[in-house]
Amino acid sequence: MQSQLPLYPPEASNFAPQVDALMIFITSVCVFFAAGITIAIIYFFFKYHRKQADDIGVPIHGDPRLEAAWIIVPSILALAMFAWGAVVYVDYRHTPSDTLDIYVIGKQWMWKVQQPNGLKEINEIHVPVGRNIRLTLASEDVIHDFFVPAFRVKMDVIPGNNHYNTMWFRPTRAGRYHFFCSQYCGTNHALMGGWVIVMEPTDYAAWLSGSGGGEGNPVAVGEKLFAEKACITCHLANGSGRAPSLNGLYGAQVLLAGGATVTADEAYIRESILQPNAKIVAGYQPLMPTFQGQLTEEQILALTTYIKSLQSQPVPAKGSGIAPVSVAGTSPATEKR
Amino acid sequence: MSTTPPFPEYELPDTHYLNATHGSGRSIRDWLLTTDHKRIALLYLASVTVFFFIGGIFATMIRIHLLTPGGALVSPETYNKLFTMHGVAMIFFFLIPSIPAVLGNFLIPIMIGAKDLAFPKINLLSWYIYLIGGSFVLYSFGTGGLDTGWTFYTPLSSIYSNSAVTPAVIGIFINGFSSILTGLNFIVTIHTMRAPGMTWFRLPLFVWAHYATSLVMILGTPVVAITLLLAGLERMFHLGFFNPTMGGDPILFQHLFWFYSHPAVYIMVLPAMGVVSEIIPTFARKPVFGYSFIAASSIAIAVIGFLVWAHHMFVTGESTYAALTFSFLSYLVAIPSAIKVFNWTATLYKGSISWDPPMIYALGFIGLFTIGGLTGLFLACLGLDIHIHDTYFVVAHFHYIMVGGAVMGYVGGLHFWWPKITGRLYPKALSRFAAIVLFIGFNLTFFPQFILGYLGMPRRYHSYPPEFQVLNVLSTAGASILAVGYLLPMLYLFWSMRYGKVAGPNPWPATGLEWKTDSPPPTENFHVTPVVDWEPYDFRNRPDLGLVAGAPLAPAHGDD
Repeated sequence: MQSQLPLYPPEASNFAPQVDALMIFITSVCVFFAAGITIAIIYFFFKYHRKQADDIGVPIHGDPRLEAAWIIVPSILALAMFAWGAVVYVDYRHTPSDTLDIYVIGKQWMWKVQQPNGLKEINEIHVPVGRNIRLTLASEDVIHDFFVPAFRVKMDVIPGNNHYNTMWFRPTRAGRYHFFCSQYCGTNHALMGGWVIVMEPTDYAAWLSGSGGGEGNPVAVGEKLFAEKACITCHLANGSGRAPSLNGLYGAQVLLAGGATVTADEAYIRESILQPNAKIVAGYQPLMPTFQGQLTEEQILALTTYIKSLQSQPVPAKGSGIAPVSVAGTSPATEKR
Repeated sequence: MSTTPPFPEYELPDTHYLNATHGSGRSIRDWLLTTDHKRIALLYLASVTVFFFIGGIFATMIRIHLLTPGGALVSPETYNKLFTMHGVAMIFFFLIPSIPAVLGNFLIPIMIGAKDLAFPKINLLSWYIYLIGGSFVLYSFGTGGLDTGWTFYTPLSSIYSNSAVTPAVIGIFINGFSSILTGLNFIVTIHTMRAPGMTWFRLPLFVWAHYATSLVMILGTPVVAITLLLAGLERMFHLGFFNPTMGGDPILFQHLFWFYSHPAVYIMVLPAMGVVSEIIPTFARKPVFGYSFIAASSIAIAVIGFLVWAHHMFVTGESTYAALTFSFLSYLVAIPSAIKVFNWTATLYKGSISWDPPMIYALGFIGLFTIGGLTGLFLACLGLDIHIHDTYFVVAHFHYIMVGGAVMGYVGGLHFWWPKITGRLYPKALSRFAAIVLFIGFNLTFFPQFILGYLGMPRRYHSYPPEFQVLNVLSTAGASILAVGYLLPMLYLFWSMRYGKVAGPNPWPATGLEWKTDSPPPTENFHVTPVVDWEPYDFRNRPDLGLVAGAPLAPAHGDD
């Protein structure tokens, strides 16, 4: 473990060494300039201390070469900081395709977590070492923020109809690490945290199957909801219903009325459930009622997971809403980012 | 050892703005209905000091509470109210008006050789608007308090909070007009009322800084006023501007809020830069290095400062392209600040540097502002911000800018112009000591918070994991030293108003027009309209200052 007074948290994700390296670079540049300024001021302060009460200084009005130097040199260094920071950030905002997907729901003042097999956790999140983990973040009330100092990453968790934020990381060291809510969210904001438990992959697999406390596979829960909420009466699998078939939908390009196309990601599916009229699939009528306020965040997640599971189902020739493959240029399965 | 020229025993002028009576002769009424910019400045001085005390008491309670991981003093609800009310009182009612409405109000007309601001009655009106806005906010504090954070993020503020949000946003909305009117007054005054010979490039840099500040006040304040009003309307009438369950966008609030509230940082720090740009050449007795670069950098900060707001939102899920743009522009705005620091430092070179208290404050400002500015580079860095955003690193950074920078500048400015404002001097040795206590106390309070932030302690936490305790205790210990650094000047400045040695018109001496008139100045500022025929900060061609080229002055008093 670290010393009694560490200067940085444990490094436990792929981003941690990158962020720490940036920190060291920027700190070095800044210490160099701060030290230079400080030494110059202290030196001048004593060296040019007034000797006679009526002394005046040497009238120097400026020097264009010096001005140019201290505009150009800091600009170059600032540009370097910007560029390096941008590289790390773009990496962070671009989720790789082979992720283990975990859903995280924030509400005043707790975190609900759902593992891929439907296992639920409160204020704890188990992840395996070495896998790319993608968290899909939803809020039931105000804005929260999921922050893991040991991973050096955070992302706001925002309530809204068509907005899921996602974040990703790859844990690199087994252990227990704090996570915090870092966007002020009301009275017990400070208590809205917990532990990320990073396990060896085999331990994680054993934990996942052994815990057994899950309330059913989310695909099964979603399938049941799909029937209960009568989605199934219109969204027929064979494409003959009043609404498009959802087979093969996830990750595909959908052709909308008006000619635009949209990628069917989680945000699109969520929006289509809560605000069906926001984007109408080409060739269909705006008949679907809104489910705003009638589904919990977890139910929306279950439905989304179920719809995602239909990705591998055969797509009917007519009545799917999916744009012709020649337009998209790729098969639906590889379209997923 | 005396390094300031000795000067003869002066006496206060018979009539000056403090003792002049207007009409009725009833003194309180004279003050409350005055249109004299100098008296209005003192009204502001008294009222911002009240808010500084209120905010300071909240800060003290926050630091005591954080002594133990579980929280030592108050409940979570109360703690959340403390940091919110600390922020609202300090930012909207102390920092933003402090230098412009007190020192700017007092000095700008005198510095440019005018009798008053362009609109003296509007100037008084802006003080009353400030009082009305302040009353609404104090009403909010007194009736349930405020627990939204000074940032009022929706939908927490507009829907979920159970505290007195509505009167607070109304108060801040009203107070905005005070800022707007002050900015308007300054701009018109600087354009139209300069004395003969006072060209733009003979203006003191203090005036340039306030010109830039006024631009930000006029262009930015309406946006935050209307934004907070929208949040208030959403709360009162259940409208759906920002409420996601009604189709509103909570992120829109953040864009609108920061469009003002980032430039607001420059409202706080630009005037302080103006103060320092006056103090450094005066006490180094030489022209400021790179006058035009310092003047232009003020304007550049005001302009670019409007284009960086979304750097507060790198982890809201904003588009990667937007984040790249705002990060780049944030680095751009750092350059003009760097130019100022380099030029101030270069001004010291081959100067005749006195160790008078204003100089100590000004050099302290450079030290603290440099740390505050440089740590802004960490936060502007996209890859680093995903870790340190919303942690104590941010808290430390903006306190270095707004307290280390703006407040140090304000206190330094008060020390520099105190002899002009009151006609009297304060004890120099004690004052120098207070400046050093302030500098050390500030660093002990806020430097540990950079480390806390990097270790991952989020801001606005009423309790925290035990491993963060050592640094929190250090910070609280530093705050007790910092408090001494603030209380000392209040005591001796107050004392000096009655017992201080009479200063005479130009005690330091300095080159500006304000030092060519009595201390305290007459109501009309100058007995004869001044004509400016010298360059700014020129000590060599000014025999009237009594320095090397001029006649020697009378013997010293022996004050330190």
